[in-house]
Amino acid sequence: MELLVASAVGVLTAGGVYLILRLRAFPVILGLSLLSYAVNVFLFSSGGLAVNLPPILNKYAPDQAYTDPLPQALVLTAIVISFGMTALLVMVALGAYLESDTDKVDMDAPDASGDEETSK
Amino acid sequence: MSDQTPLLLVIALLPFIGALIPGLMIRAGRNACAIFTAAPTALAFIMLLLLAPAVFRGEVLHFRLDWLPQLGLQASFFLDGLGLLFACMITGVGLLITLYARFYLSGEDPMGQFYTFLLLFQGAMLGIVLSDNILLLLIFWELTSLSSFLLIGYWKHLPDGRQGARMALAVTGAGGLAMIGGMLILGNIAGSYNLSDILQAGDAIKASDWYLPALILILLGAFTKSAQFPFHFWLPHAMAAPTPVSAYLHSSTMVKAGVFLMARMWPALGGTQEWFYIVTSVGLITMVIGAVVALFKDDLKGLLAFSTVSHLGLLTALLGFATPMAAVVAVFHIINHMTFKAALFMTAGIIDHEAHTRDIRRLGGLRTLMPITFVIGTIAALSMAGVPLTNGFLSKELMLEEAWHAHLFENHYAAAVLATLGAVFSVAYSLRFIFHVFFGPVRDDYPHKPHDPPFGMWAAPALLVVFVVAIGLYPPLVEPLVKVAGQAVIGDAEMPYFHLAIWHGVTPALIMSGIALAVGAIILIAFTPVDRLWLALKVPYAKAMFDALMARLVGFSTWLTAGMHNGAISRYLAIFTVATVLLGVIAYMGGGLSAPDRTLLPIPPVVFIGWVLLVAGAIAVVALHRHRFRALVVLGIIGLMISAGFIYLSAPDLALTQISVETVTIMLLLLALHFLPKETPNESGQALRIRDGAIALVAGVGVAALCYAFMLRGVPTISDYHLANSYIGGGGTNVVNVILVDFRGYDTYGEIIVLGIAGLTIYALMEALLNGPAARRLRNTDYSQDRSRDRHPLMMVIATRVMMPIALMVGIYIFLRGHNQPGGGFVAGLVVSIALLMQYMASGFAWTQERQKIEYHSLIGWGVVIAGLTGAGAWLAGKPFLTSAYGYLEFPPIEEFEWATAIAFDLGVFLTVLGAVMLMLYSLSRIARYAGETVNVEAMDYDPTDRTTDRTTDQKEAR
Repeated sequence: MELLVASAVGVLTAGGVYLILRLRAFPVILGLSLLSYAVNVFLFSSGGLAVNLPPILNKYAPDQAYTDPLPQALVLTAIVISFGMTALLVMVALGAYLESDTDKVDMDAPDASGDEETSK
Repeated sequence: MSDQTPLLLVIALLPFIGALIPGLMIRAGRNACAIFTAAPTALAFIMLLLLAPAVFRGEVLHFRLDWLPQLGLQASFFLDGLGLLFACMITGVGLLITLYARFYLSGEDPMGQFYTFLLLFQGAMLGIVLSDNILLLLIFWELTSLSSFLLIGYWKHLPDGRQGARMALAVTGAGGLAMIGGMLILGNIAGSYNLSDILQAGDAIKASDWYLPALILILLGAFTKSAQFPFHFWLPHAMAAPTPVSAYLHSSTMVKAGVFLMARMWPALGGTQEWFYIVTSVGLITMVIGAVVALFKDDLKGLLAFSTVSHLGLLTALLGFATPMAAVVAVFHIINHMTFKAALFMTAGIIDHEAHTRDIRRLGGLRTLMPITFVIGTIAALSMAGVPLTNGFLSKELMLEEAWHAHLFENHYAAAVLATLGAVFSVAYSLRFIFHVFFGPVRDDYPHKPHDPPFGMWAAPALLVVFVVAIGLYPPLVEPLVKVAGQAVIGDAEMPYFHLAIWHGVTPALIMSGIALAVGAIILIAFTPVDRLWLALKVPYAKAMFDALMARLVGFSTWLTAGMHNGAISRYLAIFTVATVLLGVIAYMGGGLSAPDRTLLPIPPVVFIGWVLLVAGAIAVVALHRHRFRALVVLGIIGLMISAGFIYLSAPDLALTQISVETVTIMLLLLALHFLPKETPNESGQALRIRDGAIALVAGVGVAALCYAFMLRGVPTISDYHLANSYIGGGGTNVVNVILVDFRGYDTYGEIIVLGIAGLTIYALMEALLNGPAARRLRNTDYSQDRSRDRHPLMMVIATRVMMPIALMVGIYIFLRGHNQPGGGFVAGLVVSIALLMQYMASGFAWTQERQKIEYHSLIGWGVVIAGLTGAGAWLAGKPFLTSAYGYLEFPPIEEFEWATAIAFDLGVFLTVLGAVMLMLYSLSRIARYAGETVNVEAMDYDPTDRTTDRTTDQKEAR
């Protein structure tokens, strides 16, 4: 089981890294989504994996074991925050595209962009 | 010892508080401004005098206040003999400088600013000499560098001032950085950052392996500050400052900070071979070089600056000798140097002020024109030369005596010869100051006809000269102060017997002194040929070397920055990823990985299928990323698989959150994709793709390995506390939720604020965008081709209407049960926003917005306010912020009902999440309005109920 989780995190990371190295905004956003999946699962897994031991206390079984709840709490907020960041990034990308008519993420060489300004 | 002396804190804070006043008082006039600057200084001085009797009795006064105890940082101060001496010098000279500056600065100079900087500097200096904690001392140390930067560069219009200020900051700042390292090492060895403890731990420190690095780093700080060779060059360039600054900083206070530090650390660091060789040789070299260069300086202040460098070298050498007597002599010379050098700087300032030049070649004959200045300047210069009956003579004599006894490099004479050489040139430049400025014929080509300044201007140097003569004639005057300060320097060592007197009989020192006076006088008589010889030598110019070094550093930084940050984000990300992987590899090579101690869980077939789907999805997203829409759909599969994984691995809360976030994320990306290009052009070449693939592969393998290694090992966790106290302390059985709203409520509070800010930022970005050129572009784009003909289908509208109450109820249910079962504010906020979003999708933006009565901004605001107020409510019960309370209510017919304040906090979370998510999507969909989308007033495109009414009206009209 651990092997599956670790390899999934690895695949998600590799895909995310490859995509954020692309030159257009949309693949970068996709890549960041993949990376945030990877990071969240990684963080979650740091508490150790457990099956059928959700951290919901059972009043009638005081000796029951539970999985580690703290990484879960951290990941829960991380998921929501990463949504907020994705949304922000989407908006920036959209704004950049609408303003400049291209969704390239890299700046052109300084003189080239200067030409573009004057041609407008 | 444990008695607190709060007055110390007041003394340390007074200048900083006082620094606020001059800027305001300058409107009341220059005199009022000067008086109000003097007030805090005078108060501090008086308080010091009040404390002085106790210090003279041998007590050490303390004040201790915990600041950041976790770091070992305390706002603690102490006052012993050495501190008292320096604090009195700083405040006393500060008063004189305030008076002097009042007359020195012209009407065009912003005086309020000057006094503010002066007080800031004074506060920083007082902090250094009073600190009992080396971390606190470091803070004040850096503050002196900063405030002296402001003071040196006070005349902003002069390029010399700006360059001098920058150089001083660069050199002393660099030394300060080195010192931080040294102090941290020292604190580590001693096990405490308190000076009192460190001074006690001298033997342990000297025995430590880390002694030499700590010593070198700390000495770097002291040498740069006290302008020791080879860092001496900044001091002459700092002479571009107004003269009051030079008189204050560069004669008696800031440059003495390094000497002070060496004296302070003397019991902890001093007395070893390393200390002796480094400190003594640097001191003696500086002393000689400074004295030689000073003789050939034509600028009055330049002469004084190099003479200061030389005298600081002398003090350093004395401390390097590391005998108790030498340390006592150093203390005595600190007092004497302060009196005559500050007076000399002020004299130079007066001459500059009156004659409008301080070039010695253009001066001469001022004796008759400025008699008062002549008397003051001459006495002070004689003291600098070490002529009998002045205080300079006394300490120079004692210094020569110590040099006579010192053995440098197994050589009995080395130190003595160097010291005499320094003394020779010291006599020469002092006499040059007197004869080339005041004597000689009266000239008629001064830039300005000089005459004596008003009383206020010469009062301060005159007072200092009175001290020069008084101590020179009757040395026992300062003997108690020298003794108590000297004792503080040498720590527990026994105080050597000494007696300050003018005549000790014919000693080696007297002979050396005599040689110095005679040879010095001869050099001055033969000044013209000697000067020519000096010019022919073409001694390298330190500023040129410094500038070349700086230019090379700047060039290197520019090259590095331009190479890494060239505007291509993909390049930063590649560098970042590779660097991170490398760091990980280095950390792994460091070893220390324990053996695995966890057993692996089995892999059921269903889970394996999920894994295959996930991996296939990830690969498909990468492969399809240029077809954006398809990639997006596949992305949804990955999210679903991850939620499923969370369920299987005992994290129901995460699964709920993931699946609802997944929904809104996909909606958001779909909305955005509507306006973005649908395909990504294939821009990267084969080589680039292979490079990126390699980086990605390495990163992926690294993270997978790290993750795997992590999971195989049990790590100590604080969760046991959470599990044990969740129900007892927080009143909830869902531990994850209790952690969020209670144990780590502060984190959650911060996170909802971040989310709210993200929402508002998106809204603001959109506003800016729609008011800019983008709006025009949107209007001119034709999106009609990719729109469905049936935008608001009947079935969907009806279905979402039916779903709405159900979805809302689910949301509320999830919210309410969150404390005990999976759910809570985060998930509920997302579920409710999905319910609302469905209405937007089904019936269109305008129709829904018209029926939406609450503004999303205010939801965010209310959410944060409610969460904050709930947290603050704990204060009313006398508990820390965000402590929750809970209890049970009995409703007889129903069951026991639990209430917890945490639910109010969770309500805040819920509202913020709802508001932020809705505001984000709302902002995006507003673009559609600008893109020429028609506004729908009807809920659906084809409404069968309208049809019937239409028909009846038609019929009515027909009739």
